[in-house]
Amino acid sequence: MTKVTMTVNGKSVSGDVAGNRLLVEFLREDLRMTGTHVGCDTSQCGACVVHVNGEAVKSCTMFAAEADGADVATIEGQAAADGTLNTIQQAFQDYHGLQCGFCTPGMVMSAAALLKDNPKPTEAEVRDYLEGNICRCTGYHNIVRAIMAASGQDVPAVAAE
Amino acid sequence: MYSFDIERPTSVADAVAALADEDAQALGGGQTLIPTLKQRLAMPSKLVSLSGISEMKGISQAGDSLTIGGGSTHGAVAAGAGAYPALAALAGGIGDPAVRNRGTIGGSLANNDPSACYPAAALGSGATIVTNAREIAADDYFQGMFTTALDEGEIVTAVTFPIPEKAAYVKFEQPASRFALVGVFVAKFADGVRVAVTGASEEGVFRWTEAEAALSADFSADALAGLSLSGDGMIGDLHGTGAYRAHLVAVMTKRAVAAAG
Repeated sequence: MTKVTMTVNGKSVSGDVAGNRLLVEFLREDLRMTGTHVGCDTSQCGACVVHVNGEAVKSCTMFAAEADGADVATIEGQAAADGTLNTIQQAFQDYHGLQCGFCTPGMVMSAAALLKDNPKPTEAEVRDYLEGNICRCTGYHNIVRAIMAASGQDVPAVAAE
Repeated sequence: MYSFDIERPTSVADAVAALADEDAQALGGGQTLIPTLKQRLAMPSKLVSLSGISEMKGISQAGDSLTIGGGSTHGAVAAGAGAYPALAALAGGIGDPAVRNRGTIGGSLANNDPSACYPAAALGSGATIVTNAREIAADDYFQGMFTTALDEGEIVTAVTFPIPEKAAYVKFEQPASRFALVGVFVAKFADGVRVAVTGASEEGVFRWTEAEAALSADFSADALAGLSLSGDGMIGDLHGTGAYRAHLVAVMTKRAVAAAG
């Protein structure tokens, strides 16, 4: 077992983990933070996206031990303490960017990473950035519209492509 | 996954020492190795994570060459290798953004997947693979599918790329995995042209020497007219036959030359 200590959504947490403990397992099973989802477990679907030191990563394809000392952000830390949704989450609600909601934690975290680096993306850049996030409900149009809205830009009435 | 220990050394020397243990294996970004471990296709006793070694990260230019630390992520290369635009573009086209934030150039080259992008860049550029023990020319480094000149426990600490006059990488993506069904890297140097092909051959990445000769005489897509490769020895699977891949090589080479301008 390896002792790991990291910051998750601003709070210091620690635990003893086996070498093969995945970061997503540490978050979900050890910390009981189940907002981060496991869809495919093969790094295809992106439901498990979290930020590690500010960068979007697939937490199903990183070991907890590798996050020792890191600053981790998950979907649980996106809304305000009183439950008020952040801009991206509110836009997903306003533009119906989710249906079943399973992919949404990863979509929101990927969108947050995109807008941090590229605050005014084009629609094509949004779609390109979401290559590693799969949604089986929406057909993506409303997700793209939500992210465009969250970036403060005009939202296409009917998304292209 | 089988159970294993994990270590996070902070220097190359400590990593080399940790890898001396029997059945220890290096872990780069893990974007290939972790899925492999999940399928129980590998059974290391210990993983030595290289992600905490700061001396293996970073990009530096010296004259006409660009040196990239082996632990640099694809995302870091895409953002930081502007001195070699074709290389930056190649890195920015690997996987998806989250994968690019973990996967590393050293890990990709050590694995030498026959459909990976970086081997084409390294071989097509005539790069030098720098390890903890020595420097290896790309022409000597790639030795077949998933096979390299690396010894047990040897770590790719950096890769030095000569910067060509013109270069481009074009891949035809396998639509499900987005790996290169065929990818071609073309680089024009003052003393000739190099053409490296990934995704096609059962022997892994290779140089298409006939195309190199034709392009060294005349760097234009038209110079490739009439040149073709045999489908023998090409990968054939449900995504495409060997003959189809051989055809794609010629098409992608022409597109790469056109893209290089």
